[in-house]
Amino acid sequence: MPKKSMLQDTDYYHQVIDCQWACPAHTPVPQYIRLIAEGKYTEAYLLNRDSNVFPGILGRVCDRPCEPACRRSRVEKEPVAICRLKRASADFKGDIAPFLPKIPKKKNDKIIALIGAGPACLTVANDLLPLGYQVEIFEREKNAGGAMRSQVPSFRLPRKVLDEEINTILDFGATVHYSAEVTSLKELLNRKKYSAVVIGTGAQIGKDLDLPGRKSAASWCHIAFNWLASVAFGHVKTVGKRVIVVGGGNTAMDCARTAKRLGATEVTIVAPERDIEMTASPWEIHDATKEGIIIKNLLLPQSFATQKNKTGLYFRELLSCYHQKRWDPQFAKAEPVFLPCDEVILAVGQRSNYGFIDEGSGVSFASNGLPVLGPHRFQSSNPKIFFAGDAALGPKNIISAVADGHEVALSIDLFLKGKSPSERPQAKLTMRSEVLGYLQLSYRSDYVEKDRQPVPEVPLDERFDCRDTEVEKGFTTKLAQEEAQRCLNCDVQTVFSHNACISCDACVDICPEACLSITPNQSHDNLQGLKAPLLSEDQILFIGEINKGRQLMIKDEDLCVHCGACAQRCPTGAWDMQLSRIDVAKAGCHE
Amino acid sequence: MKNARDKLSHPSLTQNKVGLVPKDYHGEMSTLCGGCGHDSISAAIASACYELSLEPHTIAKLSGIGCSSKTAAYFLKSAHALNSVHGRMPSVATGANLAARNMKYLGVSGDGDTCSIGLGQFIHGVRRGINMVYLCANNGIYGLTKGQFSATSSLGVTSKNGQTNPYVPIDPIILALEAGASFVARSFSGDKNQLVPLIKAAISHHGFAFIDIISPCVTFNNHASSDKSYGYVQDNQVYTASIQDYVESVPEIMAEQTPGRLTSVLLSNGEEIFLKAVSEDFDVYDKEKALQLMRSFSGKKEILTGLIYLEKHSHDMHQTLGTTLENLRDIDLSKLTLSELELKEINESFS
Ligand SMILES: Cc1cc2nc3c(=O)[nH]c(=O)nc-3n(C[C@H](O)[C@H](O)[C@H](O)COP(=O)(O)OP(=O)(O)OC[C@H]3O[C@@H](n4cnc5c(N)ncnc54)[C@H](O)[C@@H]3O)c2cc1C
Ligand SMILES: Cc1ncc(C[n+]2csc(CCOP(=O)(O)OP(=O)(O)O)c2C)c(N)n1
Ligand code: SF4
Ligand code: SF4
Ligand code: SF4
Ligand SMILES: [Mg+2]
Repeated sequence: MPKKSMLQDTDYYHQVIDCQWACPAHTPVPQYIRLIAEGKYTEAYLLNRDSNVFPGILGRVCDRPCEPACRRSRVEKEPVAICRLKRASADFKGDIAPFLPKIPKKKNDKIIALIGAGPACLTVANDLLPLGYQVEIFEREKNAGGAMRSQVPSFRLPRKVLDEEINTILDFGATVHYSAEVTSLKELLNRKKYSAVVIGTGAQIGKDLDLPGRKSAASWCHIAFNWLASVAFGHVKTVGKRVIVVGGGNTAMDCARTAKRLGATEVTIVAPERDIEMTASPWEIHDATKEGIIIKNLLLPQSFATQKNKTGLYFRELLSCYHQKRWDPQFAKAEPVFLPCDEVILAVGQRSNYGFIDEGSGVSFASNGLPVLGPHRFQSSNPKIFFAGDAALGPKNIISAVADGHEVALSIDLFLKGKSPSERPQAKLTMRSEVLGYLQLSYRSDYVEKDRQPVPEVPLDERFDCRDTEVEKGFTTKLAQEEAQRCLNCDVQTVFSHNACISCDACVDICPEACLSITPNQSHDNLQGLKAPLLSEDQILFIGEINKGRQLMIKDEDLCVHCGACAQRCPTGAWDMQLSRIDVAKAGCHE
Repeated sequence: MKNARDKLSHPSLTQNKVGLVPKDYHGEMSTLCGGCGHDSISAAIASACYELSLEPHTIAKLSGIGCSSKTAAYFLKSAHALNSVHGRMPSVATGANLAARNMKYLGVSGDGDTCSIGLGQFIHGVRRGINMVYLCANNGIYGLTKGQFSATSSLGVTSKNGQTNPYVPIDPIILALEAGASFVARSFSGDKNQLVPLIKAAISHHGFAFIDIISPCVTFNNHASSDKSYGYVQDNQVYTASIQDYVESVPEIMAEQTPGRLTSVLLSNGEEIFLKAVSEDFDVYDKEKALQLMRSFSGKKEILTGLIYLEKHSHDMHQTLGTTLENLRDIDLSKLTLSELELKEINESFS
């Protein structure tokens, strides 16, 4: 059942903004899209940066949980190209230096140690340096960026973009120790220098397959994580002609596309799942198949070829591999399938290495192998030690690592100021009416009938010669502005004053999406007499009493296109369109 | 002004029997004041036609002058329409209906258009028994000309600018009953649960169907001393009977709230509806009782709404005149006019 609410409060309004609610870092999406529509790219970039820190990076490679949530995908079909609009703000921005946070010359006496220079710890640095903290980063590699640099291929994410956005943070004055793998947490703590330690070491161990013949295949079978890192850092420059990638996730897609660029002519992804069950994002699958990569489903690897001069993998055919979402392979009655190849890449998962966390460092681990965190967010059982990113909750994505980084920075700031990290400040809600007068609204409220704009790409015959050739060219300003028109302005909220309503029906009659209903007063359990049935499981439904309690005004938020027609037709201003801005709590906001 | 209504509709609102969706029954964007009861009536007409699966091109919308009469533009965009002279819609309806008896006629008018300037036209339209639905959007004033009293304004009410009405009102329901309307009802623009089924029944009825709809003018007659304001009607609306056929649009709990007995009523199109009467002695076929009932409510605080009278064996103007079943407009001119020979014969018969 949809969530029913008698109160339009911060959480209610936040949920109405589907994209912002779905974004782990709660980026105010419609607001930056309006700025893009106005050609204000620098402002759009800075607004993004406040929430997601890496707009140029995320505008290219974000997992974009916002897009499946986008209202437009329910009202029409395709969501707004939220992610690629973010990239447009980065591509067309002006000089941002004057608008970046000012770093205080006088530091406080707290030094924070960050282990790992991935997006999680970089975000912590980004949030704490402006507050006067000193930050020391320990990074195993010679560069910062974590998996964004070692894993995400350069044809999706150019190094220039990565360097630019990472340097912005490092230039705030972080001290970075490169080639400085932390091998003992206890040793670090014993230095008595750090007020808090953040573990942001990612999930950097690629899983292997313990199958017959694996040892003898050592020279031609690689683990995706290591192989991609070797490619990224220039140690591997070629690959055999026929490559098999085992796995059905985004990593498999990246390996396959990378192999293609290193000279492979026949690249096959083999996954045990059905095509629709693969964990890879639909767009990643689309991009891979477009490049001629073949995907074979329902095949489970059994053994490696061990004969001399024979390289390849034996598989068994599956009927299915999941039963009620649990791993439960059902084999077909068929001979094993042999797929010959020159090299195999195993993209079958990752886990974290906590080997440097010695016993006695006060950090406990749960039975699933992950650190015990809480009750204070991301704080471990040793209150000085925090976890963020893939090291905290297992492998996820960049935007989740950024979101964790913000949370950890806030937790540390509260903790070091003697407050409890669990007593977090509320998200801040600001609202302003957008109704200018009769039939006039101050935002573009008309519904624009337009299909999602595709992002221009480098043609297929030009993209494989150089591994660094970025496939997507990004929106032009013209395309960006057209795409921006598709946004429904979900942050312009319909705000109801039930005392003002005279129950005239004007709003109910005008609403194009049958969102509003006036019914006799009734129990909220099984609402009758709605203009249209409730379609969505988790959209919120507002219920207000009107007409001296005789009737109910019910609003189903599911398909509201924020056209403002209800407020324009309302004679008493009982419906008002108000621009909402929701700022979730961040480090420093409680001062 | 373009509205998102023309581009979107809720995916669950599916096609009716003739393949149309609700937005196919919309009209132009209304230019009336937001909250005007007349807009609700337009929406109710659109719903009724959608639910009855009527094809807009088989319908003609006719009106006079007034905010209410303007509404012909705000529903059923693709129906035929004529916005006539103030108070003269019944004449236009008579002519149109004579020429094309097989169309449906929806007259939309106001209390001024019907009971002030158009009173004579109205009475004769009823008396002729034009086969049409005549809706009077009754706001108790002249809305379009900024709030003067109309012939339905109650005695002693004050206007927005403070004048007191010295005249006794005309009740169009009583007039319609007296003049022979075969379907008579009163409703409230703010009560679609009652109004939509009434309009559907009226459209299905053969003969002159009249519905007087209290329709508040938010701008000039929604003040504290008005007896046609939203608040007043909401507080004082009482019911004769509720129509129980179109169950899909009547919430269960509404039906439960109104106790009483069920009467089966056969409409001219063969459709059976059920009336749930509020009082035991209500008989929808008894005209004398209906008149008494209406008189008993005149000057009362309460406003009686619902189906008030239905003639069992109704007939219309064409039956009275014995005209051909075909649309006159479809009959070839050669059939309608006499040949020279026939004319000669007739003329010669006088010599
Ligand atoms: C192939 C691949 C493709 C991906 N593509 C995407 C994508 O397109 N979009 C997306 O959002 N996410 C993607 N991800 C996931 C994303 O990269 C990670 O979720 C994210 O980088 C996690 O950030 P983090 O800061 O937690 O850790 P990481 O980015 O993994 O960074 C950890 C850092 O810690 C360092 N480190 C580890 N141990 C130590 C130690 N003991 N001492 C010092 N330093 C140490 C590592 O060198 C590394 O720099 C991809 C992952 C892979 C494997
Ligand atoms: C012949 C003629 N006389 C007078 C007018 C001025 N006039 C226009 S609308 C109107 C009154 C309309 O009242 P009503 O029918 O109740 O409609 P409402 O606007 O209240 O809906 C009058 C007197 C006119 N247009 N034509
Ligand atoms: S803004 Fe109002 S009229 Fe527009 S879709 Fe939403 S509820 Fe309906
Ligand atoms: S238009 Fe305004 S006054 Fe009328 S029912 Fe809607 S909210 Fe209430
Ligand atoms: S003046 Fe009165 S009757 Fe005319 S449109 Fe406005 S509210 Fe309706
Ligand atoms: Mg009037």
